[in-house]
Amino acid sequence: MTVLNFIVLLPILNALAIAFGAPARKSALLSAWTQLILTLFAIAGYNTAKGGYQFGSTWQVAPDWGIAFTLGADGLSLVMLLLTAVVTLAAVWATPRIEKRENLFFVCVLLISAGAAGAFASVDLFFFYAFHELALIPTFLLIGIWGHGERQVAAWKTTIYLAVGSIILLVGIAKLYLAFPVEARTFDLTVMQANRALIPADAQAGIYIWLLIGFGILISLFPFHSWAPLAYASAPTPAAMLHAGVLKKFGLYGLIRVALPLLPEGAKAWANLLLVLLVCNILYIGLVTIAQKRLDWMLGYSSVMHMGYAFLGIAAANVVGVTGAALLMLAHGLSIAALFAMCGHLRQTTPSLAFTSMGGLAKRAPFLGYAFGMAAFASIGLPGFANFASELMVFFGAWKTGGATLNFGPVQIATICALWGVVISAVYMLRAYRQMFQGEPHDNTAAVTDPACCTRWAVLILLAALLVGGLWPKSYVNFIQPSVEALFAK
Amino acid sequence: MNTAHLIPWFILLNPLIAAALILFVTRKCHASSTTLSVMSSFFGLCAALIAFTFPSGHGHAIHSAVNWLDFGGALTVPFGVQLDALAQVMLLVVTGVGFLVHLYSTVYMEHDDARPRFFGHLSLFMFSMLGIVLADNFAMMFIFWELVGVSSYLLIGHWFTRDAAGKAANKAFIMNRIGDFGFMIGILMLWGSAGTVTFAGLEAAKGALTTSPAYLTVALLCIFCGTLGKSAQFPLHTWLPDAMEGPTPVSALIHAATMVAAGVFMLARVAFLIGVSPDAACVIAWVGGITALLAALMATQQDDIKRILAYSTLSQLGYMVMAIGVAPDLSQHGGGPAMFHLFTHAFFKALLFLGAGAVIHALHHEQDIWKMGGLLKKMPLTGRTFAIGTLALTGFPFLAGFFSKDSILLAAHGASTALFIVGLGVAVLTAFYMTRLFVVAFLGKPRTEAASHGHDGPARMTAPLVILAVLSVIAGYGTSKWFFHPHDYSMLVPLLATGAFTLGTFAAWTLYNGKDREPLSLPLFRNKFYLDEIYGAIVTGTQDVLAWFAGCVDALLSGLVRATGMAAYGAGVVLRLFQFGNLQGYAFIFGAGVVALVWLVVFK
Repeated sequence: MTVLNFIVLLPILNALAIAFGAPARKSALLSAWTQLILTLFAIAGYNTAKGGYQFGSTWQVAPDWGIAFTLGADGLSLVMLLLTAVVTLAAVWATPRIEKRENLFFVCVLLISAGAAGAFASVDLFFFYAFHELALIPTFLLIGIWGHGERQVAAWKTTIYLAVGSIILLVGIAKLYLAFPVEARTFDLTVMQANRALIPADAQAGIYIWLLIGFGILISLFPFHSWAPLAYASAPTPAAMLHAGVLKKFGLYGLIRVALPLLPEGAKAWANLLLVLLVCNILYIGLVTIAQKRLDWMLGYSSVMHMGYAFLGIAAANVVGVTGAALLMLAHGLSIAALFAMCGHLRQTTPSLAFTSMGGLAKRAPFLGYAFGMAAFASIGLPGFANFASELMVFFGAWKTGGATLNFGPVQIATICALWGVVISAVYMLRAYRQMFQGEPHDNTAAVTDPACCTRWAVLILLAALLVGGLWPKSYVNFIQPSVEALFAK
Repeated sequence: MNTAHLIPWFILLNPLIAAALILFVTRKCHASSTTLSVMSSFFGLCAALIAFTFPSGHGHAIHSAVNWLDFGGALTVPFGVQLDALAQVMLLVVTGVGFLVHLYSTVYMEHDDARPRFFGHLSLFMFSMLGIVLADNFAMMFIFWELVGVSSYLLIGHWFTRDAAGKAANKAFIMNRIGDFGFMIGILMLWGSAGTVTFAGLEAAKGALTTSPAYLTVALLCIFCGTLGKSAQFPLHTWLPDAMEGPTPVSALIHAATMVAAGVFMLARVAFLIGVSPDAACVIAWVGGITALLAALMATQQDDIKRILAYSTLSQLGYMVMAIGVAPDLSQHGGGPAMFHLFTHAFFKALLFLGAGAVIHALHHEQDIWKMGGLLKKMPLTGRTFAIGTLALTGFPFLAGFFSKDSILLAAHGASTALFIVGLGVAVLTAFYMTRLFVVAFLGKPRTEAASHGHDGPARMTAPLVILAVLSVIAGYGTSKWFFHPHDYSMLVPLLATGAFTLGTFAAWTLYNGKDREPLSLPLFRNKFYLDEIYGAIVTGTQDVLAWFAGCVDALLSGLVRATGMAAYGAGVVLRLFQFGNLQGYAFIFGAGVVALVWLVVFK
């Protein structure tokens, strides 16, 4: 048993305990704290000089098919595990009072966290996939049972959409598995990585597109995004925080961990398609975000839009760009979780989340004014927050892609479009902030006060993690960079 | 690293520490927040004075850096400070004016309930601005470039419950981001070609960069977009007059003396590249000239005392940008006439703004010059220092502005006759609108009750005025050598400039002396060439329509998905399966997935 086994299994055990009647909120909080401490412990114990996967443990499940329950973490996984732990803690902390079936609610929250942590700590492709599915089911339940507004429709649509995405992804994984010669077939990612030369170059494009669309649906790649804003607007606060903040990153992580290193020729074949789609993610969804009139929908769409930058880093297909994309996963996860936490607080205290029915909130709730402002500025890429550092790496990485430095290729044009997206995001975020927080206080917001202490700490811990990455990006990049370099190593 | 290397780091981090302490620790205590901020600005000034004594000749500059991002050959972004001649003078300007404005603000803001927030943001601004000055590379400059943008946003929106303040703050930030869009492309282009973002590295790679002149021109013009936004040059100038919604000390420090000058400073930093790209230099010179002229024309018809000064700032910034464009070679290492004018302008424009603030403070927030009058008698100290500032700005012989403006006109004279004529025209207009302002607001009889009760402020308010007035008189003597070594001199230029001053002053005097109402009506200038309306129409006509359209398309698209989903799955069966709370449905999907995988693996 290594520390990773505990990180993955503890939330599951805690969920079981809650299911059997342990005090729900307290156990969940205890579990989240333990998870964070164990993750920090793992990060401290990781030998950066040695690199590679550490804390490995294997349990053979189906040796004939090459399936084994193998856990292990390199720098990239550790950063994702940190994201999972921090957002889980914040989500549990910021959970408002649950009126019905509190125990089941926290079981679901912990299972999402366990699923995400399991996926990020899996070295076996089969379990990598299975853990994600494990996390999706409680997400649907949370939306369907505890959601707001059109929760039934939202849960149904999300389920269908993500299930379709998962099945497409599954086909992709199967095709990838079958692309290896019979004797080399395995789900072990380290072995697949070592044997990747055995995948025929001409077969790669056919596999990559399945993975791209499968993962793409899960990440809300244009035009497969329409589930996301609805789901986030309807989901209860911790579900929105955990899904937008952590679980959605599974797809990006999969592209970086599986698709890009194993299928470099496939990535090249579909590079231009990806560029077109990601520019749509940024410019088209950016415009849609400007048109939104409610906070929850605006945040949902902005989260879709920002995935475009992560895709740009992946499209760059070099160490700088992919490291940027990986840091962006962390940064976006932290900032959107903070924004959803505060959005949840406003949902509790205002009759409507429409921008026109709020106003002057900064006067009524100064902490919220500051914290929301910081998270909003972080999400639109203000220097000092990790989002900026990661976007900078993405832009620099993308700019160098395509060889000739003096000519503008498709990647450079996509980068310029993405840079215009930075203007668009300032437009919608600042407009929303002005309507909500500035001006004279609106009558509708009479009941708004600063959130309770635990929600404040939840937001502060997220912002602190963002500031660390913004002021000194190396604190995360030092972990991510060697892992990414290993993925690209010849 | 020796002690000399610590000085720039101290200058940079000192206001950040103050800002952090104020915003996180003393945010509830007015007195200690104010003291912290003022003390930190004072220490900054002391350190800048020490730094000014360091040798700064080419090759002697203090440089100290750590790697912020390090991907080996692929990308290296240092976080470093560079203290050369250009930075030394700019540090003096920023910390000097900064300290006086801090001092002045203790009076101006004494009745404000949000003083800790104000001073915290002011210190945050000082940190960001000093970062731009000390940055040794483009990436770091861009970081601080954005940070001054956000501090400016916070300070313009200080009185955020006023709708206009929030709108102005947003406009400033977004217009700056439009400029930064180009700026970032420019940085990427230069980096793509030279492989480095440091100024020293780019200078070393000058030869490689000039192999493709067209590429370099485009890259520099993209970089110049940063200046368009930050220094509010045409066509991105409209945010600056609106930014006057912020407290007046902020207008003096950020929107007159320092931040808006950062665009000029940045151009001076890369003057070595502009010098090898004549096309870029030509465009820069003309954008500056056009901005100077348009803004001066707009200034002649404004009634709000701060807005007149804001248009004047635009116009003077146009001068500086033009100076870089006409004399990029002269601008290397010291910044040339542009930085000389930036230096003197910082003093007299800060003086004018602080004077205007004293008036506004005394008149209980009255800003319309036609509701003033006779203030020279009521507020003798403020009035006299304002007069000195006016004379320095309009180019009265042997005051600071006379020398620096003269150096710009001289450079323009040598480069382009058309731009020289534009420069002279702007000089006439400057004298005209400033004399109009002074005559209407300070001479004659008080036109309102408030104006007849005007009075000078306390010493903490008047001391900065007096100090700045003294600097506005003496700052031109012997200082030009900090910026450039003039090679030729013509008596014609100062004579013509003095003629321009006389003409403008005389015209305004005859037109406005003793008037109670605006005798001229020039709607085109009064309405700022209708540019705000035109931009508004462009935004609503394109962005908002596009956004609305995209929103509709997306709603349609998601409806379509929902419909196909319904049809494809057969509503009855699926709805039953996916009943919420029914775990079997999910288990089914999950199970189906695993079965499918197993089937593919085993049987295919």
